[in-house]
Amino acid sequence: MTLIPENLKYTDEHEWLRIEGDTAVVGITDYAQHELGDIVYVELPPVGKKAEVKKAFGVVEAVKTVSDIFAPVSGEIVAVNEALAADASVVNREPYGQGWMIEIKMSNPADTGALLGPAEYRKLLGE
Amino acid sequence: MTEFAGWLMPIQYTGIVDEHKAVREAAGLFDVSHMGEIWFTGLGALETANRLVTNDLESIQPGACLYSPMCNLEGGIVDDVIMYRVGEDVLFVVNAANTAKDLAWILERCRELGSRARVEDRSMNTVQIALQGPAADEVVRKVGLAELVSLGRNRHIQVIVEGKPVLASRTGYTGEAGFEFYHDWDAGDFLWEMLFEAGRGSGIKPIGLGARDTLRFEMGYCLYGNDIDDSTSPLEAGLGWTVKLDKLDFVGKQALVAEKAAGVKRKLVGMELLETGIARQGCAVKADGKEVGHVTSGTFSPSLGKGLAMGYLEAGLWQPGTEVQIAVRDKELKARVTRLPFYVHGSRK
Repeated sequence: MTLIPENLKYTDEHEWLRIEGDTAVVGITDYAQHELGDIVYVELPPVGKKAEVKKAFGVVEAVKTVSDIFAPVSGEIVAVNEALAADASVVNREPYGQGWMIEIKMSNPADTGALLGPAEYRKLLGE
Repeated sequence: MTEFAGWLMPIQYTGIVDEHKAVREAAGLFDVSHMGEIWFTGLGALETANRLVTNDLESIQPGACLYSPMCNLEGGIVDDVIMYRVGEDVLFVVNAANTAKDLAWILERCRELGSRARVEDRSMNTVQIALQGPAADEVVRKVGLAELVSLGRNRHIQVIVEGKPVLASRTGYTGEAGFEFYHDWDAGDFLWEMLFEAGRGSGIKPIGLGARDTLRFEMGYCLYGNDIDDSTSPLEAGLGWTVKLDKLDFVGKQALVAEKAAGVKRKLVGMELLETGIARQGCAVKADGKEVGHVTSGTFSPSLGKGLAMGYLEAGLWQPGTEVQIAVRDKELKARVTRLPFYVHGSRK
């Protein structure tokens, strides 16, 4: 069964967010990493770049497929997980922990209203 | 699971990289029953089959296998097949997606040739299992098929397993030591079960289509539909060694003689990415800002840990070491033409 932590928010594009005040840490879900298979590269934007809600901010390259990662909220990217450049497979192993991707300082907190809760996300997956 | 040529096939069981490494380091078991089996039997079987392919079936004896393209009149590849000489008969193992096309094409050529050979598609009644990896010999020994260990490359024999006839060959699509087995569908899954049980101690794993592709790719083996098709010739695809122009007539010979005399205009080469990234099928290849070809197969190589690609390039760029750029999304990644195969440490015998 797919891991869907209770303390996170989700998107229908299979990103997760951990909201802490006006910042949000973003990654891809356990379901997403499993669907992609062995992840070999993650392409992330530089710190300071603007993220725009529902626009791609990065790319995940798996052996078989490539997939965009979409920003769940708008804002400024204030941190990027540099460790993924050396070992992207951590996203497969710990999608919600060491496999986080970026941290966004939200410019429009209202963006979070459109996000899914754990139960809604589980329903989206049909589980 | 995915739909592939009408078959429901697993892309992966435990993960592409995990399965890939199992085959390179231990052993993997592939259910490749989707492959097509077309038999030529009866009067003129050998002569007929040999007219359809660029390689020369007369160059091998019964008990041996030979790889060959089958070409159209223009020299384009209708399919690439492994041919088995079985007694007086010939078996063509063809690509699943091409089985129906091949059969129709073969029957039409037979009519033109006035051949009396019998052509029969036994794909739906044939199980094909591949056992590949350095531990393959150990596994066949454990199931009591020690006679296979001494089987030479591209040789085949019939063995009896639990009273059932099995055709076994020392062939494969991975670059590793191993075998391919064929038996009647009605016989069930006994062989798969036996091999899998016997391989447990050696770390055997079931292998899906994903790793089958990365394994063949590292060896520079062409995949029909990606690297070769009706519009590419074997001379362009680096399969010149399978084109026997001194053989008596075969379909496509004239076109291939002419192409060889004129020289090919493009050639399939290997490319190694010099920057982080993965080039995939369809990516444009450039040199000095000009498009000079495209990627036909590209992936991350689990054995070599980098992005590699195969593709057709224009003349003048075929020398290993030549620098090119591959357009991946909005970037142009630096790449270098390299020798094929990419992976040279296989256990293939």
